[in-house]
Amino acid sequence: MSVPVAGALLAVDGLTKRFGGFTALDQVTVHVKPGERFGLIGPNGSGKTTLINCVSGALRADGGRILFEGRDVTGMPAHRRTRLGIVRSFQIPKPFTSMTVLENLGIPLEYAAHARTRGGDAADEALELLRAIGLESKARLKPAGLTQIEMRKLELARAMAARPKLLISDEAMAGLSSAEVDDILAILFRMNEQGITIIMIEHIMRAVMRFSERIVVLDAGTRIAEGTPDEIVRNPAVEKAYLGE
Amino acid sequence: MFSWDLLANAVVAGVLLGGFYAAVSLGISLTFGLLDVVNIAHPAFVVLGAYMAYMMNTAFGVDPILTGVVLMPVFFLVGAAVYRIYYGSFERRGEEALRGLVFFFGVLFIIEVSLSLTYGVDYRMVEAGYIGKSIDLGGVGISFRLLVPFIVGLVMTLALHLFLSRTFYGRAIMGVSQDRLALRLMGANPVRIKTIAFGIGIAAATLSGTLLIAIAPVVPSTDRDYIGRVFAITVLGGLGSIGGTLVAALILGIAESLMATFFGPSWSLAVSFGVLLLALAVRPAGLFGR
Amino acid sequence: MGPVLVALAVLAGGILLASLRVNPYIYFAGYVVLQYIVIATAWNILGGYAGYVNFGTPAFFALGAYTAIFLMEAYKAPLPVLIVAGGLVSAVLGLGIGYLTLRLRGTFFSIATLALSVVLQTLIINWDFVGGAKGFTVIRPSPPFFGNWALLLFTVMVGMAAAAVVVARFIERSWIGRGLSALRDNEEAAECMGVPTLRLKLFATTISGFFLGVAGAPFPYYVTYVEPASAFDLNYAVNALAMPMIGGTTTWIGPVIGAVLLGTAQQVATVTISSELNLLIVGVVLVFFVVLAPEGLVGLARRLRGR
Repeated sequence: MSVPVAGALLAVDGLTKRFGGFTALDQVTVHVKPGERFGLIGPNGSGKTTLINCVSGALRADGGRILFEGRDVTGMPAHRRTRLGIVRSFQIPKPFTSMTVLENLGIPLEYAAHARTRGGDAADEALELLRAIGLESKARLKPAGLTQIEMRKLELARAMAARPKLLISDEAMAGLSSAEVDDILAILFRMNEQGITIIMIEHIMRAVMRFSERIVVLDAGTRIAEGTPDEIVRNPAVEKAYLGE
Repeated sequence: MFSWDLLANAVVAGVLLGGFYAAVSLGISLTFGLLDVVNIAHPAFVVLGAYMAYMMNTAFGVDPILTGVVLMPVFFLVGAAVYRIYYGSFERRGEEALRGLVFFFGVLFIIEVSLSLTYGVDYRMVEAGYIGKSIDLGGVGISFRLLVPFIVGLVMTLALHLFLSRTFYGRAIMGVSQDRLALRLMGANPVRIKTIAFGIGIAAATLSGTLLIAIAPVVPSTDRDYIGRVFAITVLGGLGSIGGTLVAALILGIAESLMATFFGPSWSLAVSFGVLLLALAVRPAGLFGR
Repeated sequence: MGPVLVALAVLAGGILLASLRVNPYIYFAGYVVLQYIVIATAWNILGGYAGYVNFGTPAFFALGAYTAIFLMEAYKAPLPVLIVAGGLVSAVLGLGIGYLTLRLRGTFFSIATLALSVVLQTLIINWDFVGGAKGFTVIRPSPPFFGNWALLLFTVMVGMAAAAVVVARFIERSWIGRGLSALRDNEEAAECMGVPTLRLKLFATTISGFFLGVAGAPFPYYVTYVEPASAFDLNYAVNALAMPMIGGTTTWIGPVIGAVLLGTAQQVATVTISSELNLLIVGVVLVFFVVLAPEGLVGLARRLRGR
């Protein structure tokens, strides 16, 4: 366990999570600085999704602490963490199917964002977000009428509507074409420029390498490497973890 | 009014009852525990089996358990058909939560009311060679009408366990419950596997129904008594564990028997409901759950 | 304010209809249909808006009735007290069952409600103070209005139905309703988008329980002889599901349509066919709708209009 780095936006210390006899996360420590572009990579089953599930509150950790802006959120229910500013998008998009795209954004605007700053017209803000992401023309459609990439964009737009301080993007680019990957990447860069700290979980290496300022590598529930993209690429332990499976 | 004799009798009766409860719960352990299909109509199929046994018994004097065994293939097909409707209408579209539940409730309801219309609300029972006989084991009386279903229940549990662990289809069912993708890669069709599992579940339900009517008279509304029991046992035993189902069934049987002996029979339903709520509140994964 | 005025107008209409003293059968049948409007609307707040299926409607309804009986017998409480108390007790039941099971999957809540009716019925049967298995005979005081209990109860039920519908509509259109829709569509995503899902679910079960209890509270006055079998009647369970399913579960109009259509049909049918056959038909219609037309009549109408 390490002492939390002063000024860390998110401090995960010694996080442990077990499923029955299987240890998914073993004393994982990760610190993310405010405004940082942070990459989280590792082979399948290494615990990346479990980690962000614990950070977002979908799962309760068995050991360790999670601090956000210095505040202990380890036992906090997920919706409260969202209101504090920890927002995640889902690997497989989970839109609200009975609502229009616009109404989908209305939920986080009403429940997460306005909980922190009152006022503002929800519909206008929602449209603005859709415009920024290129989904304005689909505002009145239901999610069933969207293409694959549009669903991914909706997922990100919805996360934005929650006015995140920290956005965790869980494999938002999986299965997309090269041009679509660049599209999503541009959106994430823009968000970061607006001051949002972003944790990116991806298997598409060129995207992670381009995007991240710092990367942490997980394997079998433990942190095996940390550094800049260049350092990670040259790290033999990382190579072994990916190729040695 | 307490006596060791009374206690011993109550415990033994509870164990025997537990074996029977295991038989009733096996189907749910399979369909809900392993396959995540919340078939709340299960108890109605149990009672349906009981009435089939009644019909065969009064018309032709056939032993109820024999009826159950003979009818198993028929009800296997019925179960398969019911699952197909469920799958096509709900599971495939991902709407199984609300509508699937309502569908099964509708099936439960239709079965119960149909039985009511056909047979009326009088209690029905069967006659068989072993009903009414009992043996004495060290001061504790063991009646055959409890012992035979107990033995059949144990046999069913063992048979299901062997099926799931030793046969291809059995292991495929276990596979479906854990990793659908791996199953696809093996070349097995998940829907087909689940259909077979569901068919087995319903067949087990109706067989246990024939045991039920050997133990006690039935009315169409008897299914409601078993809803709480069956799910209490499955949750307590751990979803997906056949052995756990047996242990939980024995525990419930003994608890109910003790309750009935010392506080009166009308409270036995409260026992299962209490067990269910307790299990859900304290350890929803059950005693042996994954 | 608009809907409240409409509700008051409806209530005024009901009072007018009562004072006209037309064919008394209208008031008896009307009471039953209105009672179903309350029941279906109450069920739908949890089942349709939040997506959590309550199979134990008879438990909540009967608890309202037996709370009324208890207060009648112990304190000679007047009707308004009986109604409020019946609602509150059933609300607490809803909250309790919800608190125990709603942190788990929705199916566990449904299973618990399914077992609930049987257990509650057993408890009531063993409680002699409220009549137990033998039943309870209600001795009604003289009616404060209309001089006739049938007319008075009819009016009361008109008021209840109007109130239930107003509340349901308000919830549906409010931020609570939007949160419930989100949690119904995808609970995990809703929670991650800031919706306090547990709190909203508990709210929905409590309100739903309240109105089911309120519907049951005047029941003893209506039938004057209550036995557990009639208070816990299975038809409440199946109708509470069938009426919103047939009418449409996503809006307040659906349960009303379902209650009026199915309730009236059953009133007509019970004179011609046996009550069991009636129930069977309801069950078949329910399965038919849930398999083939799950959005109900409202949904079908929307599709025809091309929305």
